Amino acid sequence: MSQWVITGLRTGIKTTVYPRGAERAPGVTPGLPCGGAFDAAPGKVLVDCCPTHVFSQINGTVSADTRRCIHCYRCVRGIEHPAGWEQTYEWATVRSPSESPNEFIPAFKRSIHICVVDAGDCGACLNEVKQLNNPYYNMHRLGFFITPSPRHADVLLVVGPVTDHMRVALKKTYDAMPTPKRVVAVGACALTGGVFSESFVCAKGVADVLPVDVEVPGNPPPPLAILHGLLLAVGRKPPASLVSTSSEMETNAANL
Amino acid sequence: MNLTELKEQIKHRWPDARCEVDAASSTCEVNCSRAALPELCGRLFLGWNFSFASLIVEEGASEWQLRYCFYGDREAGWVHVLATAPLAEKTFPSIVKFVHAADWHEREAEDLFGLLFEGHPRLGDFILHDDAWQENVEPMRRHFDAQAAMLHRKPDADWRPRRIVQEAGAFVMPVGPKFSGVTESVHFLLETVGEDVIRSTPRLFYKWRAIEKLAEGKTADEVLLVAERFAATTAFAHGLAYCQAVERICGAKIPARAKILRVFLAELERLRQHAGAIQEICESTALVVANSQAGILEEDLLRISGELTGHRYLFGLLALGGLLCDLPNDACRRALEKSQHTLKQLNELEKRLRVSSSFLDRLEEVGIVAHQNAMAYGLLGPIARASGLVRDLRKAQPYLGYENIEFDVPSEQEGDGYARLRILFAEAKQSVRIMEQAVAVLQKGGVRQPLLLRAGAALGWVEAPRGGTFHWVRLNESGRIARYRVVTPSFANWHGFHLSVEKFAFQDFPIMLSTFDLSVAENDR
Repeated sequence: MSQWVITGLRTGIKTTVYPRGAERAPGVTPGLPCGGAFDAAPGKVLVDCCPTHVFSQINGTVSADTRRCIHCYRCVRGIEHPAGWEQTYEWATVRSPSESPNEFIPAFKRSIHICVVDAGDCGACLNEVKQLNNPYYNMHRLGFFITPSPRHADVLLVVGPVTDHMRVALKKTYDAMPTPKRVVAVGACALTGGVFSESFVCAKGVADVLPVDVEVPGNPPPPLAILHGLLLAVGRKPPASLVSTSSEMETNAANL
Repeated sequence: MNLTELKEQIKHRWPDARCEVDAASSTCEVNCSRAALPELCGRLFLGWNFSFASLIVEEGASEWQLRYCFYGDREAGWVHVLATAPLAEKTFPSIVKFVHAADWHEREAEDLFGLLFEGHPRLGDFILHDDAWQENVEPMRRHFDAQAAMLHRKPDADWRPRRIVQEAGAFVMPVGPKFSGVTESVHFLLETVGEDVIRSTPRLFYKWRAIEKLAEGKTADEVLLVAERFAATTAFAHGLAYCQAVERICGAKIPARAKILRVFLAELERLRQHAGAIQEICESTALVVANSQAGILEEDLLRISGELTGHRYLFGLLALGGLLCDLPNDACRRALEKSQHTLKQLNELEKRLRVSSSFLDRLEEVGIVAHQNAMAYGLLGPIARASGLVRDLRKAQPYLGYENIEFDVPSEQEGDGYARLRILFAEAKQSVRIMEQAVAVLQKGGVRQPLLLRAGAALGWVEAPRGGTFHWVRLNESGRIARYRVVTPSFANWHGFHLSVEKFAFQDFPIMLSTFDLSVAENDR
């Protein structure tokens, strides 16, 4: 058995510097599209090329609702004026800060138990959640633990658009959790329904069924984005002031 | 036996059947009467060593058409057995008496189309759960509106699953749909009288997103997005199978460079998926360091994919008629070098696992699937190859020029958990070998030939990391999808999963689950 100990020691430390610093290794994130200044014609091409309607065009500026992005790359590949693309990963946003009725006790923020529910996910988001346990991300060092039982859980992490058959199981899991509790919706499907959108067997995301506190966009979001979402959910990362592109867009749309 | 000989044989035995051989696609279409179906299919499956691929039900304007697809080794080609019936008559004879692999296909057709299969031992409660759906809902019928809002039904609290074990003291251990740490949603009914699992019935389709129904009426490009995203751990393979089906309809010629890049990416995905499967096996046996090591390798391969293509799961690369974007040669070479390095570490891991007795104790002679069972259930991919069933679509029915690439299809005879693990390691080596050859022959040129969509139907097939996947696409005159039928390797392998669990102890259950490398998303669609 000693060979395993030696192998482990020889491997050294692989763990990312995030959240203390920025992770710069290639391939850790697919990035997300961003808007920018576009002329009317190429801007319209951009708006039309997106199958999930990420872009909207207002007075020479194209803005992007990244919650809807499914990483089809139709806006950057094989197009004359490609959209901007940001290789970031701190994507999570707080959905409704004013509606958080109960705060975690500060002492508990460093030992958070997470219950993961797959509500119709394609396997990618779940696989990225699984990666959080590998030595590169090692979320135990930050006090995050995955628990099978909702009774022990503080955070409910949901992936998938919520299929009809999973609706009851998801609700039961949420109800079984003690308060205070947080719901983190992970992935484009969990936020908007993604390509499965609303149909006779699929809801438009987790918010249709449960109150969602933190949203992590991406299809799938890389492990670092999910980690950011978890830190946000327990109040260990401040919600960025300009992150809420979607609400910004809604106000813009209302002004029109 | 080649297709002409086969045609003679069928003509001889079933004089009423009409056979048409299409040499270009090496497919033989056999139109037969409903009554002749079971014996004809049974002869193909049991007598002539054809594998069962898919049952495709299509609702025409006035009649049902059932298409049973079989494939053999290279020279044998494809056989499509067709039977029709007026829409009002919804009864077909079941072929499961001879072709057990078609069991779940018939149950699915019964649930979604309302067809009846005479002689099938067990219909009902499959995709549409009986405790949640009222009777007589037939979602795949043309008149059913997929966009209609979800019905908020009240689950039937009195519903009880069927129990098989009736001995005194027998009880059912229900597991799922939410169970364990990070797992896909599936429900197991484990029947037992004590220590051993006597019967295991997986109850699936908690994640049924009805992608076949959603695809209808959408454009070919929109459905490509769905094909890539319904089972994203093997996204490239499924996207590829879909693209090949549409390209076959349109008679498209794919640029040589796109073909080679597709091979490269498909093998990169296989390598990554196998590393992930190995990690799950290490995790299930609670070998912590090996679990971490395999986790590192999986993440390494995800990063290699991400660096090369932009996306860690290879989304957004496939386009109808080629690839959406070109990949530079030196980037491919760099990805190959990194993959070779990862493979070296994977080999190291294998070497250490092979001498870890505590690990081997939990895998050896556990979850055995016998060769005949694997054959009868039509198991696919590494699971089948661990039980001595070697048919691999890359060799049997090559696509993308796999016939010009040198590689071996590993196989084992034991059919236990350890054999399945060895297959994963052996296939990872072959994948890198294929990637090396692909990079060596990368030629200059475009990567996309725009398609002219036209009406028609075709089957696309790919040896996905978990086994063969079959996508049937029918396009209508306006280039939209009229029928999309997906059969995935997990659909076949979940069917046979109970074989490995039964008669084994409860504590081995997670190990068998991980050695089967099953995807629920792939099965549920």
